[in-house]
Amino acid sequence: MSEMSMSMEAATMQPQLRDVPAVRMEAVYKHYGDFTALNQVDLKVARGEKIVVCGPSGSGKSTLIRCINHIEKHDEGLIFVNGVELDHQRKNIDAVRRDTGMVFQSFNLFPHMTVLENCTLAPMTANGMSEAEAKDLAMHFLTKVRIPDQAEKFPGQLSGGQQQRVAIARALCMRPKIMLFDEPTSALDPEMVKEVLETMKKLAEEGMTMLCVTHEMGFAREVADRIVFMNEGKVVEQAAPEEFFKHPKSERARTFLDQIIH
Amino acid sequence: MSHFSPTAAVSYFFNYFLMKGVLVTIGLTVAAVVGGLILGMGIALLRMSSNPVLAGAARFYIWFFRGTPLLIQLVVIYSGLPQLGIKFSVITCALVGLILNEAAYLAEIVRSGFMAVSAGQREAAWALSLSPWVTFRRVTLPQAFRLMIPPLGNSINSLLKATSLASVISVEELMRRSDMLMQEHFQILEVYAAATAYYLILTSVWDAVQRRLEKHFGRSSAAKTRRVATSAPVAPASVEARA
Ligand SMILES: Nc1ncnc2c1ncn2[C@@H]1O[C@H](COP(=O)(O)OP(=O)(O)O)[C@@H](O)[C@H]1O
Ligand SMILES: [Mg+2]
Repeated sequence: MSEMSMSMEAATMQPQLRDVPAVRMEAVYKHYGDFTALNQVDLKVARGEKIVVCGPSGSGKSTLIRCINHIEKHDEGLIFVNGVELDHQRKNIDAVRRDTGMVFQSFNLFPHMTVLENCTLAPMTANGMSEAEAKDLAMHFLTKVRIPDQAEKFPGQLSGGQQQRVAIARALCMRPKIMLFDEPTSALDPEMVKEVLETMKKLAEEGMTMLCVTHEMGFAREVADRIVFMNEGKVVEQAAPEEFFKHPKSERARTFLDQIIH
Repeated sequence: MSHFSPTAAVSYFFNYFLMKGVLVTIGLTVAAVVGGLILGMGIALLRMSSNPVLAGAARFYIWFFRGTPLLIQLVVIYSGLPQLGIKFSVITCALVGLILNEAAYLAEIVRSGFMAVSAGQREAAWALSLSPWVTFRRVTLPQAFRLMIPPLGNSINSLLKATSLASVISVEELMRRSDMLMQEHFQILEVYAAATAYYLILTSVWDAVQRRLEKHFGRSSAAKTRRVATSAPVAPASVEARA
C-alpha cells in the first residue's frame, strides 16, 4: 500500500529531471477561425508549482489549460510537458495525457457508471491494472477525497460537490504529475465550494503541480505560488498572489479585481 | 351472410397457414432491424465524417429513402430492376427493400444518439488516456444507445407493420396469407380480425420488450442523466409513417 500514497514525485526524481519544467509554453497561438483565442502565450510552470489562472470571461483561460493536454490543438508555438513536446504526434500526446489529470467545470463523470467504475475504468483499460488492484487504488483516492461510502452510487445520485470530488479522485487514479483544473467550483452551489477547495488544498500540500483556472481569490491567496492574469488571449501579468492583489500592474487587472472582489 | 362469426375468426387465428405467415413477418422484421442497424450505423458514421463527399453521400441516401414510399422502393426492386438484368428472389427483394429503407431511419436515430452525448464526455475520456476504442465502447456508445432506445423502439414498431407492404410483391407474410385465406373463403372480417390480433400481439410484445430495455439501460438514471436525456435533440424520425 505504501506505493499508493501520493508520493512526492520530486523526492524520487533524478536531479537533472528536476530542472525540466512541468510545463513550458513558447509563443503559443490558438485560433478559432478569425478569432485568436491564445495570442503569443509564454508560460513556464516549475515542478510542484501551483498556478492560478484568472481573467475575464473569454480571455482564453480554458483554451490555455486545454492546450496543455491537447484537448485543443495549438496552432503555433511550442508546448512541452515534463520535457515531452506536444507536436501533435500520437505517442507524445499519449505521454502527455498520462502525465496530466484534468478536472472540468461540469465534472464530466460518466453517468452510466458507478463512482467506483468511473475511477477504475482508466487504470484497468489504459494501464492494464487488474480489477482488484484498480478497486484498491480507487478506494484509496475516494477515501482521500472523503467519499468512500459513495463508491457504489451513480454520479446523478450525488451532490455537485461530491461529484467534483469523485472527478478529482478519478483523475488521481491515473497518478498524474500535473493537475489541470478548469473552474472546478463554478458550477457548484455556494455551500459545496468549500469541500472541493479543501480537497484541492490537500493535493497542493502534497506537492502536486497544479494549474487552476478559478475566481476563488481566497484559494488563490492561500495556495497559489503565482497568479497568471489573462486578457484577450494574452498573459497580461504574472505575480505572486500578494503582489498581484495589492499592486496589479495593468489597468485591465485592476478593473478585473475590482469587479470580482467588490 | 350479414353476420360476423367469432368462431371462424378464432379458427383463422389458429390456422397453421396463417401462423406461418406470422413467422415470416417476424423474420422479415428481425432481419430488417439487424441489417438496417448495421447499414444504418455505417451511414451514420459517414454522415458524421468530416469528409464532405462521404457526409454528402450519406445525407443523400437518407434523404432519398426517407423521402420516397417503401412501396415504390419494393416494387422498383422487384419489378423494375429485372429490366436492368438485376433479379432477386421475392424474399431477397423484400429484405433488400426493407433493409435499405430501415437503414435510412436508423442512421438518423444512431446519429442523433451520438450527437446527444456531450463533448465533455469524450474530453474526459481523452484526459484519462482512454484509447479511442475504449472511449467508444465504454463511454460514448452506452450513453448514445440509451438515448436511442425510445426512437429505435418506435421505428421497430412501425417496421413490424410496414412488412405488410411486402405482400404487394407476393411475399407470403401475415398480410399476404390473410389475403389468400380471404379470397378462398370470403370471410373478410373474420380473416382480418385474426390478422389484426396478430399484429396487435406482435406490437404489444415489442412494446413490453422496449419498456424493459428502457428500464434496464436507464437504471442509473438519477436526476442528471434524465436531464441529459430529455434535452437531447433525438429526432423522432421513426414516428413518421412510411408506406
Ligand atoms: N470551439 C470554439 N470555437 C470557436 N470559438 C471558441 C471555441 N472555444 C472557445 N472559443 C472562443 O475563444 C475565446 C476564449 O475562450 P475560453 O478559453 O473558453 O475563455 P475563458 O475560459 O477564459 O472564458 C472565447 O471568446 C470563446 O468564444
Ligand atoms: Mg472557461
